Amino acid sequence: MVQYVPTGFDASFSALSDATRRGVLEQLGRADASITDLAEKFHMTLTGMKKHVGVLEQAGLVTTEKVGRVRTCKLGLRRLEEEAAWIERYRQLWGARFDELDKVVEELKQKEKVDGRKKRE
Amino acid sequence: MDARKESEPTPMKNRTTVERKSEREWVVTRTFNGPARIVFEAWTKPELLKRWWAPKSTGMSLLSCEADVRVGGRYRFELGHEASKPMVFFGRYIEVTPHSRLVWTNDESDDGAVTTVTFEEKDGKTLLVMHELYPSKEALDGVIAGMAGMEEGMSETFAQLDELLVTLGASVGSL
Repeated sequence: MVQYVPTGFDASFSALSDATRRGVLEQLGRADASITDLAEKFHMTLTGMKKHVGVLEQAGLVTTEKVGRVRTCKLGLRRLEEEAAWIERYRQLWGARFDELDKVVEELKQKEKVDGRKKRE
Repeated sequence: MDARKESEPTPMKNRTTVERKSEREWVVTRTFNGPARIVFEAWTKPELLKRWWAPKSTGMSLLSCEADVRVGGRYRFELGHEASKPMVFFGRYIEVTPHSRLVWTNDESDDGAVTTVTFEEKDGKTLLVMHELYPSKEALDGVIAGMAGMEEGMSETFAQLDELLVTLGASVGSL
């Protein structure tokens, strides 16, 4: 199985923290697009869009290919590995939530017991 | 004094499992050491939800949490993270059966999942099963790819997960 290093996640985290970049990913999920297309769609300059695409590319979320004078962008995800990784990450998130929920449940149980005792007294 | 039996030293940690059940569905399961009515309560009272939905270990914080848990009632969670803008999850409860079943929509996007949580009590413990059913395979794949998910509110999950992974650096190698 592929090893995922934290720095990669850091990179994807900061890549995804920007609304335009998330929009670009969503857009590329529908169809590949050139940087010019993307710049137009998001009402920004070519230079601005190039920067965003660069960040996404660095995070491994997008790949680009230049054919002639056009640079085409597409999603750069390794699906199967992504799915396995995603499942693990999702499990960790819910695991962390549920560990906290355990504490809440424990506390409510204790409270019920105390309340129950009070009522009987 | 009365060191009650039930508060046994935390037994083995209950394990959370996540499985892709079908092309359109995730299933998360977990057992809790408490009766269903208590676990259900923790999912339906905002003041309790607040305490576990954004675990500290993920670096997230819950900026606001509204949940009107009855059929047709709405919820809205706003999550913050030091490194990004707050993200909002919202939707409607479409089924509320006390202590056994909760169903809600995820309305951040047209491709959002319908989440069903069931609570099944046995011997004082509760098995919780959470299904997230997406409208299409593409929608679920989109979440995995972290793209459509951005608009579906999964972004926050993603961010949390990323953050969590960094925190849990040690376990990363075992993915």
